Amino acid sequence: MDKPFAITLDPNSSLANRTGSWRTKRPVYLDRLPPCNHACPAGENIQGWLYHAESGEYEAAWRVLTRDNPLPAVMGRVCYHPCEGACNRGKLDQAVGINAVERFLGDEAIRRGWLFERPSQASGKRVLVVGAGPSGLSAAYHLARRGHEVSIFEAGPFAGGMMRFGIPKYRLPRDVLDAEVQRILDLGVELRLNCKVSNILETMGEGGFDAAFLAVGAHIAKRAFIPAGDSARILDAVAVLRSMEGEDQPMLGRRVVVYGGGNTAIDVARTAKRLGATEAIIVYRRTRDKMPAHDFEVEEALQEGVMVKWLSTIKQASNGGTLTIEKMALDQHGQPVPTGEFETLEADSLVLALGQDVDLSLLDGVPGLVIEKGVVKVNAQMMTGYAGIFAGGDMVPSERTVTVAVGHGKKAANNIDAWLRGETYEAPPKHELATYEQLNPWYYADAPKMVRPMLDLIRRQSSFDEVQGGLDESTALFEARRCLSCGNCFECDNCYGVCPDNAVIKLGPGRRFRFNLDYCKGCGICVAECPCGAISMIAETT
Amino acid sequence: MAFQPVKFYQTGTFTVGNRLLDEQQRSVQAQEERSNSLNSGHRACQGCGEALGARYAIDAAMHATGNQLIAANATGCLEVFSTPYPESSWQIPWIHSLFGNAAAVASGIAAALRVKGRGEVRVIAQGGDGGTTDIGFGCLSGMFERNDDVLYICYDNEAYMNTGVQRSSATPPAARTATTMAVGAQPGNVFGQGKNVPAIAMAHDIPYVATATVAELHDLEYKVKKAMGFHGARYIHVFVPCPLGWGAASQDTIKLARLAKETGLFPVFEAEHGEVTSVSKIRRPIPVEEYLRPQKRFAHLFGQEPAAEVIARLQTIADRNIKKFGLLDAAA
Repeated sequence: MDKPFAITLDPNSSLANRTGSWRTKRPVYLDRLPPCNHACPAGENIQGWLYHAESGEYEAAWRVLTRDNPLPAVMGRVCYHPCEGACNRGKLDQAVGINAVERFLGDEAIRRGWLFERPSQASGKRVLVVGAGPSGLSAAYHLARRGHEVSIFEAGPFAGGMMRFGIPKYRLPRDVLDAEVQRILDLGVELRLNCKVSNILETMGEGGFDAAFLAVGAHIAKRAFIPAGDSARILDAVAVLRSMEGEDQPMLGRRVVVYGGGNTAIDVARTAKRLGATEAIIVYRRTRDKMPAHDFEVEEALQEGVMVKWLSTIKQASNGGTLTIEKMALDQHGQPVPTGEFETLEADSLVLALGQDVDLSLLDGVPGLVIEKGVVKVNAQMMTGYAGIFAGGDMVPSERTVTVAVGHGKKAANNIDAWLRGETYEAPPKHELATYEQLNPWYYADAPKMVRPMLDLIRRQSSFDEVQGGLDESTALFEARRCLSCGNCFECDNCYGVCPDNAVIKLGPGRRFRFNLDYCKGCGICVAECPCGAISMIAETT
Repeated sequence: MAFQPVKFYQTGTFTVGNRLLDEQQRSVQAQEERSNSLNSGHRACQGCGEALGARYAIDAAMHATGNQLIAANATGCLEVFSTPYPESSWQIPWIHSLFGNAAAVASGIAAALRVKGRGEVRVIAQGGDGGTTDIGFGCLSGMFERNDDVLYICYDNEAYMNTGVQRSSATPPAARTATTMAVGAQPGNVFGQGKNVPAIAMAHDIPYVATATVAELHDLEYKVKKAMGFHGARYIHVFVPCPLGWGAASQDTIKLARLAKETGLFPVFEAEHGEVTSVSKIRRPIPVEEYLRPQKRFAHLFGQEPAAEVIARLQTIADRNIKKFGLLDAAA
């Protein structure tokens, strides 16, 4: 080559200079576990379905959601959304309205008639599910999708369990519940109503079932000893809520006193108000901050005119409807102690909402079972002491919510499916948790939370219309887009853009990125500027 | 509920890319086929803000001109680290002559292109703050004054980094450099000196002057593209943190640029024909201390007894910028 004056070397590209050799630390892409997914009792891949919802792909979102939970429209109404409590956006402004988006997807699925995909082949195994509550329905759904033949035996006249007999219509309209139950039955699940199982081994033998999942719930009201006159009208909360589903509405009178501090007490008091009670009074032995009921439900009840007597116990119910109330005080441990001060309260009826017990009579004579504190012990595989009989929901030790029950159903189905094949289910390993500190929140645009509309107060006090409305398409889309995608790359191109050395290779839509370690100097800007914390620096080994 | 039009996208234009944005709104840097005008293998330090700023700016200019671009480069880090003989990282026609004459060389290239009837080829001159605000300042002022058809881009890292961190007329007050040591009664660079070249450029009434930082890519690309829409002399002053010279962590380059803007110490604005036409508002107002603390060149302000008075003087400079340019929204 002819070279110009004073030039002795051929021109070359700087690519000959592998600056990657300077590096002492290297960046690696990783996926972390979003806190919402981590907190979900039903094990939903929340971030996964929000991602599809963000693009307006609602059916894809619903399909990802229902891989784990077959009841999104129910969940979007009754779930207490621990996901939102864990949401990292809560530390930035307000948590993403995951529950509201879930409801939108659930309602959209009902409106558009989306159906579950049927399994491609049958396993030839038969599984009995006892109880058509959230846990039983969830297990039936997951087992049916794996090709097992599932029959649900339900003692009551309708499917739904506590979703129907425990949660009032104003929180969960029955057409929504019916639509989601029917979609599960459409998978080929058999449902036998009014079919109480009195001896589980006998029923399994007669039906030729290979395994059983028990989810009978907790329907027996707990009692408290209250000396009462003959004509005092004392009811239990479960019976009151159950009778709301029948022809005859319960006769509660104009002054209704509810005894207890859980969500059921709130439900009964709000129901009484809607049935025309002029006074619905909850008597609770401790204070509001100690109440097991969720605060938003207490707040809604108070808005509707329900009254609460804090720090009070009922000592006696006399004829003519006079209740004797004793004032309580909290000791240094926060426990209520009697003060010896009494007052009276007039009531047409007293409803006891003191919790529920499980009817375990169907397990009589089953060897190997362990029953503690009125519930059945199960192992890590949700199996009872009797091989092939699994149990979940309110009848095993756990928090008693619809979402936990749905999670039990899924977990049990995974284990039953493995057990039927002679294997043990191994849950896939979990990623490390994505914390707020790993995010770079600068990159997220300011976006206020979308609020769901509430029914007018006057109609809440007089009808069983649904209290909380849903988001529409535009607001649901906006809300879904508030997701920060904690711990998982959403292809914002930041790492690709901010690298001073062009050492990030963009692999194209959906395929994320790769580091070019020939040139990466290990400066760490990509890690610092990754909005969602999906890159980490690790020390070079050599 | 009141109707609210959905204009929100998860990350707006803060991130480099955003799959929810319209094609036209997406950045050049997000494209797989960006020109990478300054290629891998350059010898800039880890986390170099200047290398990043130069690629941002020149890629945007390449995109805006359909790759019809020639660049003249002043002596300095950018020249040294990109082109050690016989290698170069530049993937564009690029020329280096002397420290002080980049603006003059670019003016000459523009004149030659005009004579040859190659008006579609555009010219950029670029350099660091030393080559721009001190050594090349005469040539730069001449280029402005003649309104030569050149875009001059200054990558400002606030000192002569290539030769060992000596003070330039762009070094901020109180900063420690090799020539303004953190010793004596008034450690670091003195107050009341230095040059505001964007303001001087505006005083020449040239068609376009803008400031930008490596922390706001969309804004930087918008300004380069806009500058390429004008003919005549144009000036863009890009704030590029230097991990080595500032004594900062290499991963904090973009963070420091963001903090410089958010404190008000580096006002980001654009001006046409000598008049400011828009400013980039502060999004999350913060005190200057948050910007100063991570940098060792200001470490002497945060000893056992913090130099509250000096920090307050720096805060006064930021407050003056905020007031002068209206950097805060009334609501904020």
